[in-house]
Amino acid sequence: MLLNVQNLVKSFGGIAAVRDISVGIEDGSISSIIGPNGAGKTTLFNLLTGIYKPDKGAITFDGQSLLGLRPDQVNKAGVARTFQTIRLFAGMTVLENVMVGTHSRLELSLWKTLFRTPSFRKQEQFVRERASDLLRFVGLGGRGDEISRNLPYGDQRRIEIARALASSPKLILLDEPTAGMNPNESDAATALFRRVRDELGITVVLIEHDMRVVMEISEHITVLDYGQKIAEGSPAEIRSNTRVIEAYLGRRAVETKEGTHGTA
Amino acid sequence: MTTQTAAPQTGAWATFKAWLARPAIAGAIVVGYVILSIGLVVTLNRGSLWYPLANICAFPLLVIAPIVVLGSPLPGRLKLSIILGLIIVILPVIGVFNTSYLELAIQISIFAGLALGLNVVIGFAGLLDLGYIAFFAVGAYLWAMFTSPAETIFQINGWLVPDWAFFIFILLAVGAAGLVGILLGLPVLRLRGDYLAIVTLGFGEMIRILARNADQPINLTNGAQGLHNIGRPPLPGFAVDFTNGVAGAFGITLNNPDTVARQLMFYFLSIGLLFIVILVARRLENSAIGRAWTAIREDETAAIAMGVPLVRMKLLAFATGASFAGAIGVLYAAKQTFIDPSSFVLIQSITILAMVIVGGMGGIRGVILGAMVITLLDLHILANLSLQLNALRNIDFVIPILNFHIRDWPSQLEPSKYQPFVFGLILVLMMIFRPAGLLPEPRRKMELLAEKIDPTAPITGEVKAVPTRAPSGD
Repeated sequence: MLLNVQNLVKSFGGIAAVRDISVGIEDGSISSIIGPNGAGKTTLFNLLTGIYKPDKGAITFDGQSLLGLRPDQVNKAGVARTFQTIRLFAGMTVLENVMVGTHSRLELSLWKTLFRTPSFRKQEQFVRERASDLLRFVGLGGRGDEISRNLPYGDQRRIEIARALASSPKLILLDEPTAGMNPNESDAATALFRRVRDELGITVVLIEHDMRVVMEISEHITVLDYGQKIAEGSPAEIRSNTRVIEAYLGRRAVETKEGTHGTA
Repeated sequence: MTTQTAAPQTGAWATFKAWLARPAIAGAIVVGYVILSIGLVVTLNRGSLWYPLANICAFPLLVIAPIVVLGSPLPGRLKLSIILGLIIVILPVIGVFNTSYLELAIQISIFAGLALGLNVVIGFAGLLDLGYIAFFAVGAYLWAMFTSPAETIFQINGWLVPDWAFFIFILLAVGAAGLVGILLGLPVLRLRGDYLAIVTLGFGEMIRILARNADQPINLTNGAQGLHNIGRPPLPGFAVDFTNGVAGAFGITLNNPDTVARQLMFYFLSIGLLFIVILVARRLENSAIGRAWTAIREDETAAIAMGVPLVRMKLLAFATGASFAGAIGVLYAAKQTFIDPSSFVLIQSITILAMVIVGGMGGIRGVILGAMVITLLDLHILANLSLQLNALRNIDFVIPILNFHIRDWPSQLEPSKYQPFVFGLILVLMMIFRPAGLLPEPRRKMELLAEKIDPTAPITGEVKAVPTRAPSGD
């Protein structure tokens, strides 16, 4: 297990956003987390990346506890993420966006910066090259000097992924990466996620609403509803799971679909 | 930052613009401009009735000249030599004849340095700081307390330092103001935008009031009376020689060569300090630290999720901006030889902020231009308008046709009293027509720089693994 989440609990005021979720993510897998709106998916990501502090529970990543770490420390530990609504550094160039992504791997010395030491120059060179490589990897080679807010939506999603990859993570969390894309774009995006795993060996976890994408790419699916895990398993298992259908379509839908009960 | 979209261009206009952009043409225009601006300033006749008005038109042209040259399509080395020539030769020589130009140049350098420091905090890192003048006060008081003969505890106990310690105190002020910057930064780390502005505003006032009240029970700052006869760095002999040499070469005798030489020394000190500030600001901007600041400015949550250590970077921004102001404060105190708490009021912070906004937040060149524009407006243009009005009043000038006696112009409408109004008007107009400032910050183009090294890289990109460094305990 690369990531092990145990009995995670998080409430905001009286609202329990995440109540007792346990999830395990295999090293080198592609997994999805699905569930209706408000099921606690994004809250789970925010807990994993240190943006929220869990009330209870344990998060172990690569043998290290992530509890109590700040988001930048979580990033340094090897967990990178993208956001549900695109959060690029809109005024910076595409290349600069990706360069910022390398931050947790850099040495930030004021003196070396002011005196432009050889090691500083080498590091800057390395950062530029790496960001440039990553832009080619996501299919944006040659567009690095454009201001990122000027790029079309689909390309901005790609920048976000390149930026997340820049920290050389072991695990990348993608929050609704194909939201707002047309079928062609989301096919291309799906292919990119697969390449992230196959070519870079990075474990991928997606939050996704597009079932076509989820069923096509996931090796493992976790279903959340009202802050709880209601099912997990392979795409085939999830597709026929009663509780999942119930969560998505309501009880009546299950009753009219007798005989197709599956268990997770 | 708005993208400047070109206005629809007609054929003739486009041709004209292309013609203008040709290096030879542009070079000729720029060189012509520089010569014209020097010529105007040199040929001004101080005895003339219209001298103040002519002065208003002439000197700003010369001050802006370095920025114009910098923006021209001339070859880099030529640009540099013209700019250095202007700053190191032309202005000092002109200044020997008319020290008011030196005074203006010193004020501009001091404020440009301050604006660049504030730009690190606001322009780079996006932290709205309305108490910036406090760090300037820290530097100024640091030097003043240790050199003023006022009856402070330092004077009574004989802790005063000799004048040559000036240069050491510039370094000390960098440290002291940086430290105060961190102390201010710590409690306000969680605040953003307006809330941060209010707290920093309060902090700026606190430092000023502290300076006013710290004469009891131990007299540290001499309170509201201020500190007088502050030490000045020793006047080097060659400054006097240079002054006399220039005067001699043009066949005039100065009746106060030492005063002129001292102004010249402060001119070069402030230019030198400004140069260091520019260098530091540029190097920080074009580095991982600068990118981290920009990332924080653009989106704090995304920045921290991408591994930017928010606390460290914000404190570094506060400390860097503060240390610039501290160093410049020492110079300011030495130049003024008198400071009191009223030198560090809120309006000063706001004036510096106005420079940053007018020039163009984030861009170094723009901020310097902003400092030039605002300082010239404040100390040169409005002041000379008042002089002109007085000159006309004295000879009972009558505007023809309207038959208006300048004498009847009410003294309440004296131009130098317009200052806040003019500032406000400029800021409002800027927000409407050029919200990104006169010279908005351009983003650096770097991708080709990266690809030049590795032109044969595969299209898919070979992404090398980066060794994970051991956490460095932050």
